[in-house]
Amino acid sequence: MNITEKILARGAGKSSVSPDDVVFANVDKVMMHDVSGPGVIKVFDKLKKQGISVDKLWDPTKVWVAEDHFVPSAEKVSAENIVKLSKFTKQYGIEKHFKYGMGQYGICHTISHEEAMVLPGEVYVGGDSHTNTTGALGAFACGLGHTDVAYVLLNGKIWFKVPETYYFKLNGKLPDHVMAKDLILKIIGQIGTDGGAYQTMQFGGSGVDEMSVESRLTLCNMTTEAGAKNGIVEPDQKVVDYLTQRGATNMNLIKGDDDAEYAKMFEFESSEMEPMVAKPFSPENTTVVREAPSVELDKSYIGSCTGAKYEDLVAAASVLKGRKVKIRTEILPAAISIYRRAMEDGLLKIFLDAGVTVGPPTCGACCGAHMGVLAKDEICISTTNRNFPGRMGHVESQTYLSSPLVAAASAVTGKITDPRDL
Amino acid sequence: MMKGNVIKYAQDNVDTDVIIPGQYLKVHDYAELATHAMEGLDPDFHSKVKEGDFILSGKNFGCGSSREHAPIALSHSGVKAVLALSFARIFYRNSVDGAFLLPIEIEQDAYDGISDGDEIAIDVSLNEIKNITKNQTYKMKPFSEIIGKIIAAGGLFKYKPDQD
Repeated sequence: MNITEKILARGAGKSSVSPDDVVFANVDKVMMHDVSGPGVIKVFDKLKKQGISVDKLWDPTKVWVAEDHFVPSAEKVSAENIVKLSKFTKQYGIEKHFKYGMGQYGICHTISHEEAMVLPGEVYVGGDSHTNTTGALGAFACGLGHTDVAYVLLNGKIWFKVPETYYFKLNGKLPDHVMAKDLILKIIGQIGTDGGAYQTMQFGGSGVDEMSVESRLTLCNMTTEAGAKNGIVEPDQKVVDYLTQRGATNMNLIKGDDDAEYAKMFEFESSEMEPMVAKPFSPENTTVVREAPSVELDKSYIGSCTGAKYEDLVAAASVLKGRKVKIRTEILPAAISIYRRAMEDGLLKIFLDAGVTVGPPTCGACCGAHMGVLAKDEICISTTNRNFPGRMGHVESQTYLSSPLVAAASAVTGKITDPRDL
Repeated sequence: MMKGNVIKYAQDNVDTDVIIPGQYLKVHDYAELATHAMEGLDPDFHSKVKEGDFILSGKNFGCGSSREHAPIALSHSGVKAVLALSFARIFYRNSVDGAFLLPIEIEQDAYDGISDGDEIAIDVSLNEIKNITKNQTYKMKPFSEIIGKIIAAGGLFKYKPDQD
């Protein structure tokens, strides 16, 4: 069995599973946020009316909650959702609730690794499509909707069809100025937005071995954009060290067997990658930056679970140091712990000196909700993960997806810019 | 047997950002969500959709976010089924597990043969779609065993796996 099959087999209490088996897997951790949480509450209300008991959760210690999509609240509906969420976590005894304005909080997928909320070998589900991110820690991490999360909260398990695994072998260390974001854009450009649909995308090879844990998180994050059920990397010492620094103990490192089967094999020469962008209006609409259209940008956005981890901010700072931005530029660290490190290590000063506005962690503009959405005809370069019509604001705005290095270089010139050409 | 008219979006990758734009994710009132269904792709959708209608589209319908708002907004607009060449996984399972609508996978002949406005009848027990307007019949892909059982039960919460 490969790693995904082994984790699902363990979760389902079976000695082995194969692709297409349907299993009910016990869940080790479940997450919801200020969009999926109120959705779950609505499902609970419906269940009550149907006479189904929602008096207690299966295990509140395995549940954690983030506030990220609509914080800070822009209007009263969002504010009321946060109140609802707080009442819910209090009522059901959920202690791990990362609240806006009370110390550590941030984008759920960032909290998952910053706070070691999920460990290798675990079955982890969350009420958000980018839950795939956390597979970089060697867990089975999969996004679900409100009904499914509500089911997990009450029953502690959920059904899965065991996926086939597509193995992406990445050869060699990424060159300077090239990031994991460029690599995953290249992969999605090749396989398409349904190229991994319903399946596992597993990453391995020397390119992954060389990569930091945070870069692997970027790879797994955007497996969602290829339609994958989960993204995953076999855990190594880097993962153990990363999680240990964040307070984790007793890790169960599950790895695939030597004779594990993979439905498809892909090979990419990561050492030969170049900076990439995805043009509007799809993450698969990719090109190398040097062949990108020469458009006048209105904004550069460095934020989100995809592109505002600590190493993403370090990358942006390496470009912005001693330079000034030419267009509206926002940097929103994805969690308070990252914000703090950026302050302590002098990154915030570099950003402010360059003319950047630094904001609080939020999903706001990434999903076109609030905190800096785009006007009609505005063009943005962004370290986020999607660029469908209207994703970041007006339906006639445009978003180019890129790495933090490209977004920072483009902020300096006002055009889509390869950091090697600055 | 379900009978209704088809609203066709002849494209692939109808994503959840156009089915229900991100600004409405804070909304959990199902009737209000319905008023914004398909707003990012077809601003006239709300005024033209009728109870019992079907949506027909291409590959990878519902790709993007996990928002259950998407099948909820369509379902509460009156849409009983979405027919597509393929579906993104979370939209598909949300539609079934929440019992909001039927996600029906079709073949190319149905996609090509059915036009916007056609009246069709879907018989899931026969895996058959009848185009009443054009007097044609197409096969739908059968539901997998687990999906069929959850649909028959009326959603995940009513499905009892232990009684299989």
